[in-house]
Amino acid sequence: MTATPSIPQQVSSGWDKFQRRYAPYIFISPFFLLFFAFSLFPILFNAYLSVHNWQPGSGLGDMKFVGLRNFSDNLTDPTFWQSLRNTAILAVESGVPQHLIALPLAFAIHMGLKRVQSLVTAVYFLPYITSVVAISVVFFTLFSWQYGALNAGLNALHNLPLIGGLFPAEKINWLGEVQYVQPAIAMVVVWRYVGWNVLLYLAGLQAIPSDIYEAASIDGATRAQQFRFITLPLLRPTIFLAVTLTLIGGFQLFEEPFVLTNGSGGTGQQGLTTIMYMFRTYNSYSDAGVAAAMSWLLFAVIGILSLINNRIFGRSGLAGKD
Amino acid sequence: MQRTRALVLAVSSALLLGAAQAQKTTITVGVFPDLDSVIKAAIPGFNKLYPNVEVKISSLAYADHHNALTTALSTGKGAGDVVAIDFGFVAKFAEGNGMTDLNKAPFNAGQFKSRFVGYTFPQATTQDGRMVGMPTDVGPGSMFYRTDLLAKAKVTPAQLNASWESYIANGKKVVTANPGVFLIPDASEAAQIILRTGLKSGEGMYFDKSNKVLVSPTNARFVRAFTVAKQIRDAKLDARAGAAFSPEWTTAFQKGNLATEFSGAWLVGHMQNWLAKDYAGKWGAQNLPGNSFASYGGSFWGIPTQSQNKDAAWNFIKYLTTNPAQQVLAFKTTGAFPALKAAQNDPIFNQGVEYLGNQKTRLLWRSAAAKIQPIDVNRLDPVAEQIVNDALSEVLNGTKDIPTALAQAQQLVERRAR
Repeated sequence: MTATPSIPQQVSSGWDKFQRRYAPYIFISPFFLLFFAFSLFPILFNAYLSVHNWQPGSGLGDMKFVGLRNFSDNLTDPTFWQSLRNTAILAVESGVPQHLIALPLAFAIHMGLKRVQSLVTAVYFLPYITSVVAISVVFFTLFSWQYGALNAGLNALHNLPLIGGLFPAEKINWLGEVQYVQPAIAMVVVWRYVGWNVLLYLAGLQAIPSDIYEAASIDGATRAQQFRFITLPLLRPTIFLAVTLTLIGGFQLFEEPFVLTNGSGGTGQQGLTTIMYMFRTYNSYSDAGVAAAMSWLLFAVIGILSLINNRIFGRSGLAGKD
Repeated sequence: MQRTRALVLAVSSALLLGAAQAQKTTITVGVFPDLDSVIKAAIPGFNKLYPNVEVKISSLAYADHHNALTTALSTGKGAGDVVAIDFGFVAKFAEGNGMTDLNKAPFNAGQFKSRFVGYTFPQATTQDGRMVGMPTDVGPGSMFYRTDLLAKAKVTPAQLNASWESYIANGKKVVTANPGVFLIPDASEAAQIILRTGLKSGEGMYFDKSNKVLVSPTNARFVRAFTVAKQIRDAKLDARAGAAFSPEWTTAFQKGNLATEFSGAWLVGHMQNWLAKDYAGKWGAQNLPGNSFASYGGSFWGIPTQSQNKDAAWNFIKYLTTNPAQQVLAFKTTGAFPALKAAQNDPIFNQGVEYLGNQKTRLLWRSAAAKIQPIDVNRLDPVAEQIVNDALSEVLNGTKDIPTALAQAQQLVERRAR
C-alpha cells in the first residue's frame, strides 16, 4: 500500500528536477538557435571564407586555402582605398548634418509641440520606413538631368527677371558630375535618417526630469541656456548611442548609393562605398574570399572609429570627466 | 501447364507495365520571363516525342533567377535539371564545375556546332574548352533610328551608319534640326561596339588566349573605342543615360527624345510593348555604324552538375535548340531570334516587322548574325569589363585623359589576373 503512491511522487519529483534544471534553457533556446543559425554561423563562415579562394558558382568543395592573401590583395587594391575614402566622406557628409538637424529639432518638438508631438515625429520618421525602391523613384524624378524636378525648378528661377542671374542656365547633371554625386547621395541619407535620430533624441529628452528645467527657469535661465547647460550634458548617453549607430550605419552605407547610381557607383566611382565594392567583388567578380576579407577590414575600421567615439562621448571617455 | 505459362506472362507483363510507369521522370526547368513562355509553348510538342518526361517550370525574375542559380550551384542543391543562362552570366557560371560540360560524352554538343550561328558556341565555351550551355536565341545588334527625326534633318540612315565619323557628323545635324533630341542614350555604347569588333582571331575582349591583358593605352582597339565615345560626348550628342534600362534611359525613350539606339533585335519587343508604344511606325533599323556587327545578349540552356536527370534534361535541351519547328515557335512566342540556322529560313523571316513600318528587318538581322565574330570568353571578363567601363566613364566625364585612364585600367586588370 505504501509503495503505490510513492511511484507517481518519484516520477513527478524527477520531472520537477528536470524542469527546474532545463526549463530555462529550453525557454531561451529559440533565441540561441536563431542566433547560432543566422548570426554566429555566418560570422564564423565568413572568417573561414576570408582565408580561402572560392568561386561561389563551383560548389563548397572547391575552396582553396590561401592564408592572408585576400587581405593583402585588398590592402593593395586602389579601388578598395577609394571606396573607403568615399564611405568616410559620405559618412561625414551625411552623418554630421543628421545630428545637427535632429538634436535641435527634437528639442523644439519636445518643448514647443507637446500636443502634436507624436504626429510630427511620425511624419519625420516616415522616410525611415519607406521602401528604398519608392525612394529611388522619388529621387530620380528630383535629380534626373533632363527630366528632374530640381532642374526644372532651377530653370524656372533662372528665368525670373531680377534674381534670375543667381541660378544656373544649364541643367545640372546631379548624379552624373563628379562634384555632385556625393552631396546628392548624402542628401538622401540625411533625409532618410533624420527622423530616426529625432526619435532617439526625443526619447532621451523625455527621460530628463522636468523639475530641473523648472528650477533653471526660476533661476532665470533662457531656453538657449537650458539647452546648453541642462539638455546637452544630460543627453550625452543618448548622443553617444545615436552617434555610434550613425557611425556604424554610415560605414555600412549601401542601399542609397546603390539605388541612386543604378549599382554602377556613379561617375568617377564617387558613390562606390566599401559595402558596394564588397557586393560587387562577390556578385560580379565571383571572388567570395576577397569579399569576405574586405568585410573584416571594414569591421576593423568601424571598430577603431567606435573606440574613438567611445573616448569622446562615452561614459568612461574624455567627456565623462566634467 | 499452359495456364501457368499464361499466368506468368500476365504477371510479368503487368510488372513490365508497372516498371514503365515508374520510369516516368520529372525534370525541372529554371528560367526567367519571357523565356518561360517558350518552355510553356514547347512542352506539348516535346511530350509527343518523349511522353515519359514531365517538365516542370520554375520561373523567377531575371536577376533572382541568376542569383538563385548561384546559390544552388555553391551549395550543390536546389538547381533545376535544365537552367537558362543569359549571356551576361555565362562567364560567371563557366567557372568551377557547377555546370555540366556539354562537349563531353554522352552529350557531345560539338556535333551540332555547324548548325548554329557561328559565334554562339565560342560564347558558351570556357578557356579550357568546356561548354556550359546550348545556344537558344541570339541578339544580333542593329542601329534603330527615328525616321521622322532623320527626315527633318535631311539625313539618311545610310549616312548615319557609313562610318563612326559620319555617324557623328550627321548626328550633329539631327540634333540641331530637332531641339531637345539626343542622338544616342549614352556615348559609351559606341565604345562597347568598337571594343567588340576588329578582334584578332583567338582574342577575347580583354584577354588573349594566353591570359595576357589586352587593355592598354597602346592597343588600337581600346584607344579607338574611347576616342569615338569621347567625341560623341564632347559634341553633346548623348543623353548621358548610363546603362540600358536605367530610369534616365527609359524616360528618354518614353518621351521620344532619342534619334538612334544600338541594341539587339529583341529591343523591338520592349519598344512596342512599353518603351516607345506611341512611336510605332516611326522607328526603322539598319546595321550598326562602320560596318560593325556585334551581339547583344543571347540565352543558353545548361545542365547543372548536381542534376539527377541529365539524360532527360539533355533530350529536352536538344529539342529546344536543335528542332527547327520549336525554334521557329519560340521566335513567334517571344520574338527571340533563333540561334539555329535552319530555323532562320522559315517564311516568317520574309515578313515585315509591323512596329518598324513593315520593314523586312529580320533578313537584315539574319545576315548580321552570320557576320558577328566569335569572342573568346575569359573567367575574368566581368572584372575587366567593370574596370574598363569605369575608366571609360572617367574619360567621358573629363576627369582623366585616354592614355592615363587606359594605363590605370591596365594596372587594375593585371593585378586581378593572377
